[in-house]
Amino acid sequence: MRSVRTGKNRKKSGRTTSKMPRIKPEEVREIAGLTRLGLVEAEIERMTHELDGILGYIETVRNLDTAEVEPMTHAVPFDCPMRPDEVGQSLTVDEALQNAPRRRDGYFEVPRIVPGTGEA
Amino acid sequence: MAGAPHVEGASIAALATGVAAKTWKARDLVEAYLDRIARLDKKLGCYLLVDGDGARKAADAVDRKIAASETVGPLAGVPIGLKDIFVTRGIETTAGSKILKGFIPPYESTVSARLSAAGAISLGKLNMDEFAMGSSNENSAYHPVHNPWDLERVPGGSSGGSAAAVAASLCAGSLGTDTGGSIRQPASLCGVVGIKPTYGRVSRYGVIAFASSLDHPGPFGRTVEDAAALLEVIAGHDPCDATSIPQGPGRYREASKAGLAGMRVGVPKEYFQTGMDAEVEAAVRAALDELARAGATLVPVSLPHTQYAIATYYLICTAEASSNLARYDGIRYGYRTAEAASLEELYVKTRGEGFGSEPKRRIVLGTYVLRAGYYEAYYGKALRARRLIADDFRAAFSQCDVLVTPTSPTAAFKLGERSADPLQMYLADIYTVAPPLAGVPALSQCCGFTRSGLPIGLQTIGPALGEEAILRVAGAYEARTDWHKRLPQDP
Amino acid sequence: MSKDKYEAVIGLEVHVQLATRTKIFSISSAAFGAEPNAHDDPVCMGLPGALPVLNRAAVESAVRLGLAVGSHIRPRCRFARKHYFYPDLPKGFQISQFDEPLCEGGAVTFRLDGELRQVQLTRIHMEDDAGKNIHDASGVSFVDYNRAGVPLCEIVSEPDIRSADEAAEYVRAIRTLVRYLGISDGNMEEGSLRCDANVSIRLRGATQLGTKAELKNINSFKHVRDAIEHEIARQSLLLDRGERVVQETRLWDPDRGLSASMRSKEQAHDYRYFPEPDLPPVAVDEAWIDRARRSLPELPEARFARYTTLGLSAQDASVLVAERAIGDYFDAAVAAAPAYPKKIANWLINEVLGRVTDPRQLAEESLAIPPAALAELVDLVEKGTLSGKLGKDVFARMWQEKRRAGDIVATESVSLVSDTTIIEEACKRVVERSPEEAARYRAGAAKVMGFFVGNVMKETGGKANPKVVNEILRKLLG
Repeated sequence: MRSVRTGKNRKKSGRTTSKMPRIKPEEVREIAGLTRLGLVEAEIERMTHELDGILGYIETVRNLDTAEVEPMTHAVPFDCPMRPDEVGQSLTVDEALQNAPRRRDGYFEVPRIVPGTGEA
Repeated sequence: MAGAPHVEGASIAALATGVAAKTWKARDLVEAYLDRIARLDKKLGCYLLVDGDGARKAADAVDRKIAASETVGPLAGVPIGLKDIFVTRGIETTAGSKILKGFIPPYESTVSARLSAAGAISLGKLNMDEFAMGSSNENSAYHPVHNPWDLERVPGGSSGGSAAAVAASLCAGSLGTDTGGSIRQPASLCGVVGIKPTYGRVSRYGVIAFASSLDHPGPFGRTVEDAAALLEVIAGHDPCDATSIPQGPGRYREASKAGLAGMRVGVPKEYFQTGMDAEVEAAVRAALDELARAGATLVPVSLPHTQYAIATYYLICTAEASSNLARYDGIRYGYRTAEAASLEELYVKTRGEGFGSEPKRRIVLGTYVLRAGYYEAYYGKALRARRLIADDFRAAFSQCDVLVTPTSPTAAFKLGERSADPLQMYLADIYTVAPPLAGVPALSQCCGFTRSGLPIGLQTIGPALGEEAILRVAGAYEARTDWHKRLPQDP
Repeated sequence: MSKDKYEAVIGLEVHVQLATRTKIFSISSAAFGAEPNAHDDPVCMGLPGALPVLNRAAVESAVRLGLAVGSHIRPRCRFARKHYFYPDLPKGFQISQFDEPLCEGGAVTFRLDGELRQVQLTRIHMEDDAGKNIHDASGVSFVDYNRAGVPLCEIVSEPDIRSADEAAEYVRAIRTLVRYLGISDGNMEEGSLRCDANVSIRLRGATQLGTKAELKNINSFKHVRDAIEHEIARQSLLLDRGERVVQETRLWDPDRGLSASMRSKEQAHDYRYFPEPDLPPVAVDEAWIDRARRSLPELPEARFARYTTLGLSAQDASVLVAERAIGDYFDAAVAAAPAYPKKIANWLINEVLGRVTDPRQLAEESLAIPPAALAELVDLVEKGTLSGKLGKDVFARMWQEKRRAGDIVATESVSLVSDTTIIEEACKRVVERSPEEAARYRAGAAKVMGFFVGNVMKETGGKANPKVVNEILRKLLG
């Protein structure tokens, strides 16, 4: 698969790309923020370039005519099984906390949460 | 009592029989494998963790039971390895990632528990691509795996360690997972048998999730019968997995010896277009001829949506992966960044430092395709394409009992050869991505070697719940060939 | 005045925590009050490899709730993942419902200032609760996952509500309903009932909706009222000044009586919903719905109507209808003594209710005065065997000693003495002792009768039938 030249290289080589980039660094940065993923600049650049190529390939599904087709979310033909409302064995507090990188007095410890900045 | 058992190339069937017959002790088997691991795994890199103490203890327990004439399971004394994606109570489980370094699960996966209950003995946790993302095991955060047939080449992925360990006789059998080909492709590149069962046939409880609707735990074995024996033990309904099918396991070992008389083998034309290595094509066509000689009827069929399979696969698996990997934040388990001045920093730095580049790439891509405004065009579209692909298989199976195709377009490539271009890597999944999308079972077995001595894989695909059909064909092919008897040289 | 210029348009999202034994997707106890992280398991903690398994009782509760408010129950509904990052959300996503919720439509009926009101519902869906964050004075916070995974029903109303008072009554009606159904404690202070409000205003007569603000941290009925009132006033002021209302989320601060904007990134609201791959679609068939419908109790409004038809005042009916156990008790007592519904209501409201700490104790086996016993006592009073005052004494003894009225009356001759001979003698004694008062009465001071009646009652230890006493005294005093 040929790699797509990014806008950055355009001037240098004197050639132009045949289409607009599908994904820009700002968008990668935005998504990284949404998904709390720390990326350094070099990673953002490289990833933008790689994803542009991948998206170009992946977009081919859009050529399919799926107007009459139902989405397939599960590869099993049955409905959700349900279980009785009976209490089973929980982890002990020690087991629950044993992998906690930081813990105190039976709780998981995190940097201060400013109340109301989260969801719900 | 026989002397120290010779485990190189030993089959599970032979080992299990030997232990039950007291030909050798489980402890001796374990020591033999541990010895090979100690001598050879430095060059291969199959294991992330070797649990010598645990294995010895388990072996001794089996030996005690046998000495006391107590009932033992069908795999009693058989040493196996577990891809490090299976959660094992009290034993570090990393999914090949730095972000789970030091994670000691407080619970056990259903499949490893079933193997244990059957008497199998885990030698340790096998190397893999990080979070099962990869086709070469080069994405392991720890170290790569080297193909036992040529140390400069990859074993395939993501279950590279599981396939290589069986090939190099560092365990008698192993478990891996297959999401887009991660059992079958390394089986092909390492010359062993690997099975991706029907979706839901084997429980995913305790399998660290990559793409929930596509992850399939399954066995590796040296022979079709061995893989079938493992499958028989791990398959069957699990109330802890809501996508687990209600059926119990079939008689897979029996099926692998039942022969293929009267069966129709479909040959999908889309799998034989250009792109395959010439040697691969020759070996696969020769295998088809062999099947015909064995009594199968070859039927040309078509899977018209094959060209969309890779795109569909990468849209769905990255979306689900971006979701499944959201829980890794350094709060409850695993890696946590050393200094975080705020909660935001805790998340961003932990995830930025803990994940390798392939998971990061897939998280970003997966998030992109799920974004408000993009969903219908990408993910929604992929779900519909998926149904078309599943319908292709259903239609094909009305004309034949199984499909036979190549597993991988090439034999094993060199380490570093493809790691620079992720898309190149993805495109090589061409023959393996469609069955997981449809949920249908598939198996890979060796059908020849390249001139340079690298294994070539043959894939047999069956209809949903059609493991017996696949095993009949694969077993019959193996019975007529000797590929499975070849062993790589010790490194 | 601003208040009449603008019309408030309010929609509420009420979360009901279901009182199932176990969590919605895992087998840990859902009970409140355990030590931190004592009810954790791989699934609700989001450990790698864990998978959700649906609790049938949670679905049953949700179906009953939907039927009680007249929703359409989808024969097949789906779970969806809702993504955001917060420490109390262990998987990094909540399992909720998006495109295909369990219930659609329906309405909640209640009374506001005596008038019947109905608020339409958009939907009701199931989801799992998050854990709890505890904040410290130091630079750290603490997380407890006991609550993570407890089942919730989210009830989303149409923006039909027009005032803070109406909003509070709507929430109260939901609380009463979930307690009637036995699916939740509906306790706002404890968090088993939570409420977020979407508030906008528009010029009276306008049809387009204004920009809405979402209010959070509403933890009591009072907060519902105060927070919404404050928001209406805040938005009115903005519009009066020619400024715009910003679409945002605001946190209610009850101590300071005002709300503050939560500076959340606009990105934070892209939840990236997609169908939950670990759970196939949930089927609720006709047979299940039928069984659930037949299991529904008489609901508050129907009960209210029936009680007012029986002759009870709206006020009394409201008290009886406030908790299912109260009405159940009332019905049982009336069944035993069908002639006196009003009297029974009085006794129940004035005497029985005051003696229990929680109305639900009325349903307990160990209750000192079960409905039939109250009915028996009321019957004795109404038939004249006991005076009202005597009845109260007997009641007190019944409560204390857990004995039936009939038993007490029979063994201790507590009943009113109607024997005219005995009463006549007592009356004669009293009249003879009090010639001055007799004279005053005969002279026309009718009030003096009270003095005589009182004394006769004292003479007879309170046991004389007051009617008979009155008759005899009148005869004697002429």
